[in-house]
Amino acid sequence: MSAFTNHFLYEFKTGIRNSSAMLMLYLLPLGFYAVMGFIMVEINPGFKDLLIPSMIIFAIMSSMILGFPTGLVEARESGIYRSYKINGVRAISILMIPALSVGFHGLITSALVAVTAVPFFDAAQPQNWLALGLISLLVVFTFSTFGMLIGVASSNSRAVVLWSQLIYLPSILLGGMMIPLSLIPEAFQKVSGLLPSSYAMQAFQAYAFQQETILEPWLTIAVLLTSGILALALSIILFSWDSRNDSRSKSPLLGLLVLIPYVAAILYSTFS
Amino acid sequence: MDEYAVTVRNFTKKYGEFVAVDDVSFEVHPGEIFGLLGPNGAGKTTTLECLEGLRLPDVGEMKIQDVDPRREPGRLRNLLGVQLQTSGLPGSMTVEESLNIFSAYHDVQPRNELLTRLGLDEKRKTQYHQLSTGQQRRLSLALAVNHDPKVIILDEPTAGLDVSSRSELHNLMQELKSQGTTLILATHDMAEAEKMTDRVAILLRGKIVATGSPRDLTAKGSGMTKISVSTENSILLAVNNGFPAVTHKMIKEEYTIYFSTDPGPTVSAILDHLATNQDSLIDLRVERPSLEERFLEITNDGGTE
Repeated sequence: MSAFTNHFLYEFKTGIRNSSAMLMLYLLPLGFYAVMGFIMVEINPGFKDLLIPSMIIFAIMSSMILGFPTGLVEARESGIYRSYKINGVRAISILMIPALSVGFHGLITSALVAVTAVPFFDAAQPQNWLALGLISLLVVFTFSTFGMLIGVASSNSRAVVLWSQLIYLPSILLGGMMIPLSLIPEAFQKVSGLLPSSYAMQAFQAYAFQQETILEPWLTIAVLLTSGILALALSIILFSWDSRNDSRSKSPLLGLLVLIPYVAAILYSTFS
Repeated sequence: MDEYAVTVRNFTKKYGEFVAVDDVSFEVHPGEIFGLLGPNGAGKTTTLECLEGLRLPDVGEMKIQDVDPRREPGRLRNLLGVQLQTSGLPGSMTVEESLNIFSAYHDVQPRNELLTRLGLDEKRKTQYHQLSTGQQRRLSLALAVNHDPKVIILDEPTAGLDVSSRSELHNLMQELKSQGTTLILATHDMAEAEKMTDRVAILLRGKIVATGSPRDLTAKGSGMTKISVSTENSILLAVNNGFPAVTHKMIKEEYTIYFSTDPGPTVSAILDHLATNQDSLIDLRVERPSLEERFLEITNDGGTE
């Protein structure tokens, strides 16, 4: 087997073998999905329209934003990257292989949500399954690169929690996952414009469910794609093998450049 | 190809204002076991980490054969095997997975016999975090050796190993040496350095203060050979320092201990004296000055030979 295959299979198995990873990849998102399916749909029948996209985004965020970056920082802090480096593992493999593995798990959870939500909870059915799959892939890409950037830019586990929660909690509250973006007060919509989940929700609604959206559909795809590419590039630039090494010369605040597409999208929506 | 397996010339490394290594130069010959000794903070690990490509030197030149670690990290990886002092593997990675993954990155077949040899055969399916410290270090060694590198760096390789594992590691080191592999050994264990190395360099506060074979280094010191004698009638207790080459003596329990600059004539004279006085020998021990004593002498003197 090639180095990539060996390494990827190990990382994929870790998602099942490791209890912390299992919690973030499957137990938390599927448990939350079950609660929302049983309770939220009863309280607010309108939530049926949001159940599939919001729970897919929740599953991907839980694994990519909460779980993935913590693993990256812990590996760096415990000297695992040093072992990797002396054994010829390249930086790009250290970043991409766990991201692909976590992304694969995220897609499995997303598929479980997509195929069970209609029969179990009477959720709105996707009008375009292909679009659902493609946008899920795009959302996995964007959030995985965001998770990567958080992991690379954070100096320790506390910083990871801070940065992760700065995306995770506002995304749940203001990202259109619980309440449609159109119902959120206008002032808060500006904050929503800085969150990838807002664009992901709108992309799912526009292309997979063919529902009306407040953002132009092409803009949602453009922002998710460009910010994902930017986050990947910044992660590679900011990557450090060793937190004790003095070779880390670039400021982690450079990572904030990932917000450029979101600021541009807010400006475009405001002035167009 | 360069004459030396490892070349370090005028190497300096600073951390801010602190000079960790100051203008250090040494060479290691092919097939040699070279010891890097020094107290904590002497600069051993910094020197090794720059050779391994984990840190960048501020000044100076380093080469592993003809490869500069800074410029050709790709070639370095297959040329060099490293057992780090502080490193880790992912806690959930099994012994077998680590061997398979790193073999694949080095583009070689996993050498499963190494696991057997290092006592890890039954631990193949065990995850890294479930291994004892000694088992983790043995796995680290197996990974360092697995791709058959020309130069191997071992940073405190026997720390945490039990007696049999330590012995197996020493056998493995000798075997690698006999195959022409060059080994650099950083250790605090002077007995290990004395037994295993061909040459050593002693680092103190970032500078090399002594180099040479363990035998040459100890010979240069002021250490005396210690001759401990115990006899049936204890007649030596009453004899002053009248034996040749003896500088002083002491009594410890039933032993009379002589410190000699030339042990041959001293022992001979002691035995003659016992025979003449009809006393019989119970025990006679001759202890040469050790590398550890010489090391302490050098480091306590602040590096002045």
